[in-house]
Amino acid sequence: MKNKVLMQGNEAVVEGAIKAGMRFFAGYPITPSTEVAEHSALRLPQVGGHFIQMEDEIASMAAVIGASAVGTKSMTATSGPGFSLKQENIGYACITEIPCLIVDVQRSGPSTGLPTSPSQGDVMQARWGTHGDHSIIAIAPSSVAECYHLAIRAFNLAEKYRTPVIFLMDEIVGHLREGIEIDDEAEVEIIERKMKQRPDTLHLPYHVCDGDDVPRFHLTGYDIRYNITGLVHGADGFPSNSNEVADKLITRLMKKIENNVDDIVEVEEKYCEDADTVIVCYGGTARSVMSAVEELRAKGEKVGYFRPITVWPFPEKQLKKLSERVKNIVVAEHNYGQILLEVQRIVKDCKIGFVGKVDGTVITPSEIIKAVEEVK
Amino acid sequence: MTKKLIVNPSWCKGCGICVEFCPKKVLKVVKEKITVVNYDDCIKCGLCELRCPDYAIYIEEVRDEE
Amino acid sequence: MPSELILKYMREEHLPHIWCPGCGHGILMRNVAQAIKNLGIDQEKVCLVSGIGCASRAAGYMDFQTMHTTHGRAIAYATGVKMARPDLEVIVIAGDGDCAAIGGNHLIHAARRNIGITVIVFNNDIYGMTGGQYSPTTPHGEFGTTAPYGNIDRPFDIAVLAAGAGASYVAKGTTYHAQQTIKLIENGIKHKGFSLIDCAGICPTYYGRKNKKGGAVEMMRYQRDNTITVEQAAKMTREEKEGKLILGKIAENDFPEFSDEYQKIIDRLKEGK
Repeated sequence: MKNKVLMQGNEAVVEGAIKAGMRFFAGYPITPSTEVAEHSALRLPQVGGHFIQMEDEIASMAAVIGASAVGTKSMTATSGPGFSLKQENIGYACITEIPCLIVDVQRSGPSTGLPTSPSQGDVMQARWGTHGDHSIIAIAPSSVAECYHLAIRAFNLAEKYRTPVIFLMDEIVGHLREGIEIDDEAEVEIIERKMKQRPDTLHLPYHVCDGDDVPRFHLTGYDIRYNITGLVHGADGFPSNSNEVADKLITRLMKKIENNVDDIVEVEEKYCEDADTVIVCYGGTARSVMSAVEELRAKGEKVGYFRPITVWPFPEKQLKKLSERVKNIVVAEHNYGQILLEVQRIVKDCKIGFVGKVDGTVITPSEIIKAVEEVK
Repeated sequence: MTKKLIVNPSWCKGCGICVEFCPKKVLKVVKEKITVVNYDDCIKCGLCELRCPDYAIYIEEVRDEE
Repeated sequence: MPSELILKYMREEHLPHIWCPGCGHGILMRNVAQAIKNLGIDQEKVCLVSGIGCASRAAGYMDFQTMHTTHGRAIAYATGVKMARPDLEVIVIAGDGDCAAIGGNHLIHAARRNIGITVIVFNNDIYGMTGGQYSPTTPHGEFGTTAPYGNIDRPFDIAVLAAGAGASYVAKGTTYHAQQTIKLIENGIKHKGFSLIDCAGICPTYYGRKNKKGGAVEMMRYQRDNTITVEQAAKMTREEKEGKLILGKIAENDFPEFSDEYQKIIDRLKEGK
């Protein structure tokens, strides 16, 4: 049944996640993400799932990984300070390859910062927050509808690539209320974790079949007993001090994402065909950019925008290609310049402008227009 | 069923706990490994097995041959 | 060839373990295996979760579904496992630093919720893996590498802490009293709700050496000669109990179990109430 409903981003992500099969949520209250926990508490028992409010953010992340390890699609939600606390266990999910979704509704920082104010200051933390070399996927929705649809995609990617996925929201999108259409019976692609088939590899939890990028799962409690460890491990799941095993494992963790960027990366480009200036933006900030671009186009200016929906891995190839035909690139993001660093690394022959903000207010279309005019 | 005292010196780390608490003084650590020196006195109480940190000594029940 | 118990419940190919000569952890780990054997629980249905530290290495040796997680967080991981899969018998093995320092918050809250997991503490009063630093259970005045002038901290009694936080089954065992400790672990696993068995360990390498307690034999002898029952302890003054180890059940209550309570909500919603 199709339902047109008014909801906020923080609720829509829960609805999308439930549609994707999320049946476990562990969280801890923190502004501006709390509604994600509240809505999960309300909705999960209705679908036979479980919600638990843990004693802290660290515990929430741990419980989510525990639940996913034994076969349940799991999610947590937090904001800046809590996201920092979760990082150690996110690393555990990376090395043990346990899929899960971490919703980070970004707020102004560092530390307690401006708890109710929007920010996009966690972009680099999403990429490099946990220690050690690892790969990660981060997705940034720009609307309530995207919170719903991309939550499904995020779970699909988490299961397919056996990885934690960061759902990089921000206060703008989290607290935004929009009407969205939810079709309960709509056929959407739901990817389930691949299960082991071959009896000869059943005893090897981290064996990767030819043609696969990641090991297949086995449901806990039946036939075989595995070890899972945050230590470097071989195919058998047991700790190893071998340099060769370490190299093979960490390289595979990096490559499983790197080699599949075409499948993972999603970008929205608008008015870019004839543009001389393109604005790079993502998440909530993209909304102001869209408005600015419409205004500039109405004045006849050749301006477009490039919006990474997948922030990590960064759509390097797409931006590089685009930069070969435009003159100017303006990065608009709600921080002091984080994705700007990526853009500067990738783009060689364009003039690069920047509009950022750290005072807790939203970047307005007029501020973006000003930055575009300055770069020209 | 007959009980038998079995030692697995390759796992023994020579801590001497079993020697100390053997009620019949059956055991000895020789060159850092467990050795049965007085097998006939062993009453197969299994206290050594319970207190061996390294699973290097235990009581096994073996079927009596017909 | 090891014994039948070890062959069945441990991963022989990973033995002998990494623990030092005379470390009590091997004895305590055997107790856990024996308790599970006595209860006749299917190995596939046991999920053993551990954190980081000497005790946590038990997860790699025991032949169950095992999760060797992050420092202090085993109980939090286990909470997720138990909620998602109440059909599993969820057991946590933790050291004193792991469960009472870095993991202290998870311990008290899991106890408060009374979630159906069993925590077995291999409590040797010291951080062994990092080389002998004082832990939250190191007695006042004792020494560690980070307490070179004597420990001025006052120690936790982990069992009393857990009972105070609402754990519905709490007991204390020792390394020396293996038979009694096996029984207490059995009772803890059988008990519905949060159980904790605080087992006094021995660490001759670091604790024994730093505090001139002798080797493994002397430390075991100390346990033999200085352990009192819960009943005896009840009649003694604080001064009389100084330096004594307690053996037996500290608390047992019939509190509602957390995942059961949650299931009631799911069932109620299903019935449309």
